Amino acid sequence: MTRIGVIVFPGSNCDRDTMHAITLAGAEPVELWHEHADLQGVAGIILPGGFAYGDYLRAGVIARFSPVMRSVAAFAAEGGLVLGICNGFQVLAEAGLVPGALLRNRGLRFLGRDVHIAVEQADSQFTSLTGPRRPLRLPIAHGEGCYFADPAMLDQLEANNQVLFRYVRADGSVAGDADDPANPNGSMRAIAGVRNAAGNVAGLMPHPERASEALLGSDDGFAIVRSFVESAAASVGAGDRGGVLVR
Amino acid sequence: MSASYRFAINVTPKPGILDPQGRAVEGSLGHLGIDGVSGVRVGRRVELTIAAADATVARSTIERLARELLCNQLIETFEIEALAAPDGSAETRAASGGGS
Repeated sequence: MTRIGVIVFPGSNCDRDTMHAITLAGAEPVELWHEHADLQGVAGIILPGGFAYGDYLRAGVIARFSPVMRSVAAFAAEGGLVLGICNGFQVLAEAGLVPGALLRNRGLRFLGRDVHIAVEQADSQFTSLTGPRRPLRLPIAHGEGCYFADPAMLDQLEANNQVLFRYVRADGSVAGDADDPANPNGSMRAIAGVRNAAGNVAGLMPHPERASEALLGSDDGFAIVRSFVESAAASVGAGDRGGVLVR
Repeated sequence: MSASYRFAINVTPKPGILDPQGRAVEGSLGHLGIDGVSGVRVGRRVELTIAAADATVARSTIERLARELLCNQLIETFEIEALAAPDGSAETRAASGGGS
């Protein structure tokens, strides 16, 4: 059975939900404690949501220096599949494993509600099973989710197909940058998730694991979890860990 | 032999980066009856003491610490300020740091 690691930082609070979603997707979740550098041979790694180290200084920055993150960086450099959700996205951005930064929400308030996102790259290792194009409805729960990169970097991300998810309105039209309730935090170009240039590390602010069962109001996020699990399984099947690189 | 040096690192949002906290503070000033204040930017100040062989070593360590931990240079800039040393001797020369 494919084993997927879930990093647990002090202050992580979506680790259990993420492990549950991984189980639903037919894989075995493996808790990886932040003080241990051993990744226990997992096929893919998810950094879950929460408030690692209390979000002190800047969200994600202190977690970046934990022993497990050195191993995650090495795993990613070898092509291993890594996904950061919400606070996990903030950690990956602070570690420089995905491009950009996450600023305080434009409206200053912590937001916990459902949003719609469009899958921009349907053939990625994180989205391959999301199906025909339609907005996904996923919950957000964050205070610092306003995606920022300078204009040159944004152009580069678009040109390299690194924008994975964008906030959209219910009808699928892309949300505006500011003063559009469909773009909850004021992210630049309505970016909700990105991947690195190699395509094996991604982060997003919405929570796919919290929308992985119809009982929870939406199972739109489950396709993302399943895509990740299937891609991780394939990377192991291909021989060396994470040996399959899209680019 | 090492000496102690005390520094403050002032981290502020880069020019052009949206600072909603600064905007909220600015927006509240009207209620205080204060007019004419603009350009409010909210940052963070960290003060610390470091033991080092000399002031140059101390400062270069602080610069590394600021670059790698205290400041995200994508969105923030920093300035290092030398404070009076904890033993009372004064090293008050202020200089700007590596923030760009």
